[in-house]
Amino acid sequence: MSVNAQAGPAAPAGPAARLSMRRPLGDRAFQVLALASGLLVLVILVLIAVTMTNQSASWFTTEGWSGVFSTDWDPANNKFGAMAFIYGTVITSVIAIIIAFPVSVSVALLLTEVVPRRWARPIVYVIDLLAVVPSVVWGLWGILVFAPWLESIYSKIASGVAGVPVLDDLFGQPTSGASFFTAGIVLAIMITPIVTSLSREVMATSPQSDKEGAYALGATRWEMIRGAVWPHSQTGVVGAVLLGLGRAMGETIAAALVIGSSPVITSHLFAPGYSMPSVIANQFGEAAGIQRAALIGLGVLLFVITIIVNLSSREVVEWNARRMKGAA
Amino acid sequence: MLFQGRTWVATAGGAAVVALALAACSSSTSSAPAATSPAGAATGGTATGAATGAASGSGTLNGSGSTFQLTFQQAAIEAFKSVNSNMTVNYNGVGSGTGRSNLAAGTVAFAGSDSTIPSSETASFNGKTVLYFPVILGPITMAYNLSGVSNLKLTPTVIAEIFAGKITTWNNPAITGINPGVTLPSTPITVAVRSDSSGTTQNFTLFLQEAAGSAWTLGSSSTIKWPGTARAASGNGGVAQVIKSTPGAIGYVDFTDAKASGLTYASVKNKDGQYVAPSVAGASAAADGATVAPDLTFHAVWGTGADAYPITYQSWDLVFENQPNANDVAMLKSYLGYLLGPGQQLLPELNYAPLPSSIDTQAVAQLAKITS
Repeated sequence: MSVNAQAGPAAPAGPAARLSMRRPLGDRAFQVLALASGLLVLVILVLIAVTMTNQSASWFTTEGWSGVFSTDWDPANNKFGAMAFIYGTVITSVIAIIIAFPVSVSVALLLTEVVPRRWARPIVYVIDLLAVVPSVVWGLWGILVFAPWLESIYSKIASGVAGVPVLDDLFGQPTSGASFFTAGIVLAIMITPIVTSLSREVMATSPQSDKEGAYALGATRWEMIRGAVWPHSQTGVVGAVLLGLGRAMGETIAAALVIGSSPVITSHLFAPGYSMPSVIANQFGEAAGIQRAALIGLGVLLFVITIIVNLSSREVVEWNARRMKGAA
Repeated sequence: MLFQGRTWVATAGGAAVVALALAACSSSTSSAPAATSPAGAATGGTATGAATGAASGSGTLNGSGSTFQLTFQQAAIEAFKSVNSNMTVNYNGVGSGTGRSNLAAGTVAFAGSDSTIPSSETASFNGKTVLYFPVILGPITMAYNLSGVSNLKLTPTVIAEIFAGKITTWNNPAITGINPGVTLPSTPITVAVRSDSSGTTQNFTLFLQEAAGSAWTLGSSSTIKWPGTARAASGNGGVAQVIKSTPGAIGYVDFTDAKASGLTYASVKNKDGQYVAPSVAGASAAADGATVAPDLTFHAVWGTGADAYPITYQSWDLVFENQPNANDVAMLKSYLGYLLGPGQQLLPELNYAPLPSSIDTQAVAQLAKITS
């Protein structure tokens, strides 16, 4: 994970092309296999996109853009607007990132720079264990254990902020434990392991000489982290966080269980909401006609949004890398 | 870059899994092995599975759809093995809507559905005739959580106003008025509803639409835009859990799940003005009082009869009238014949209701219409 690798891909192409003439069979077979696998991925992606767009066409044509992006989802009255779900997906993911980012980065720093190695190992195991818990288990824990507990906390917070201008709009009117915020917390717990583990890998590659240099200049441990570890790993951490964001947006069953399943747009974070993957999971089985098309269409929109997030994460990482290079 | 690489691998992995799942779905057709079966015997008559015995086709019969039917189908499939060991029947509880689209796409031989084919879907069946075979009835209970109150009575209008968010406390005069002698607390009412789309929701709201008239304005559908104060939970079990854990809660739960969760449920005023508690017999009585169309479509909610429980729903197995070959015909007749015959006796034990004989006889007679 070095910054220099950025410029890499184009460089070896020349010699490799010349060498290919006298490559042994194994090399060529591997090349074909790798190329085929790569193309297969693209073909599958394109096929999924085409099929889904086809099957959701009737939603886009009957509702029109204004209908698709309206806030009203009411199958009994044939209204299928996606805005409430897009809103819920964005809000829960943002809450998840706001919680997971500082926790993950702190834990990663703790593991690489603070705790002795023999202690770090068991902590890493525990964090990785979080990642292997199936999402439905998180969802069930969320709705059966966590949400009822949060319910009383929400109502205490709500009565505390009652009448305070902005805070009341954000934290007022809790109805039950299942809400945007609960979903955000559960998603945060779910993405913390991956963000932590990727950040830790990046931080572990910080050059020892930089760190020792910082200490030699009289830096405290915090100053060393800020001056030597952080600039080196910034790029990778941003990439890790955006990868976590992508996961949070696509998380289905855990979100479906704890989000409250109410398609509304509200500033109240403690109110029940809905997200795109969870409405698909909840309503697809009994859906027919336009509702079915609309649910598939939500899948298309989610697909587009995750592609945008993925591409922009690439952009951010590359931009950061270029900036770092300039600094070096 | 390491991370980009991982991102792409992760995405590709997901895509591949999806693609495989899709491929798996579309390849699991109902195509039975082309076993030889005497066509004459197969198209012969309306005999039930038990009677047709060896001549009742062999191979695999796939169905999918309504989750309401799932428990019954599983029990029936198990028992059917001893009736016709040459046949393997599979049933997937994927939801009525998905079941119907599987049938339309030809991936299953029969679809379980809690409602008739909606007009928006008829085009997908390409003009082919679909036969409706009613197979199961079930009451939907109005389950509630009020300590000390075990004999609550409700009318359709009161239920509609509770679920529309107009009646918000238990001691509202509209409720106390129909429950003389019962002390109702001032506890706020928590309405528990389904977060997933469901035939239970569809038939419950159909009941409100039929029985409560202008008091119900939210329509009837498998998904309803409930008032924001409603608590949504997944599945009958999820709603039962919310009711159980929330004092003052009320919700609509399948009879079998309400019993399994040990919930208390209300008596509901029926079309004849009687307050009837949900029961297997009350559900069969409601279907007996329903108006049945020649194609065997009907709805059991708000059926007539003094003993009829008014919130009763039904589920059909949908089958194409014209089958590709005689063996498919024989298999369908054998299995559906079993469901309509000896299979009905499995229902009360599972807390579902059997068809009244008036409907069952017509359904058995309709088996003759399945031809190749």
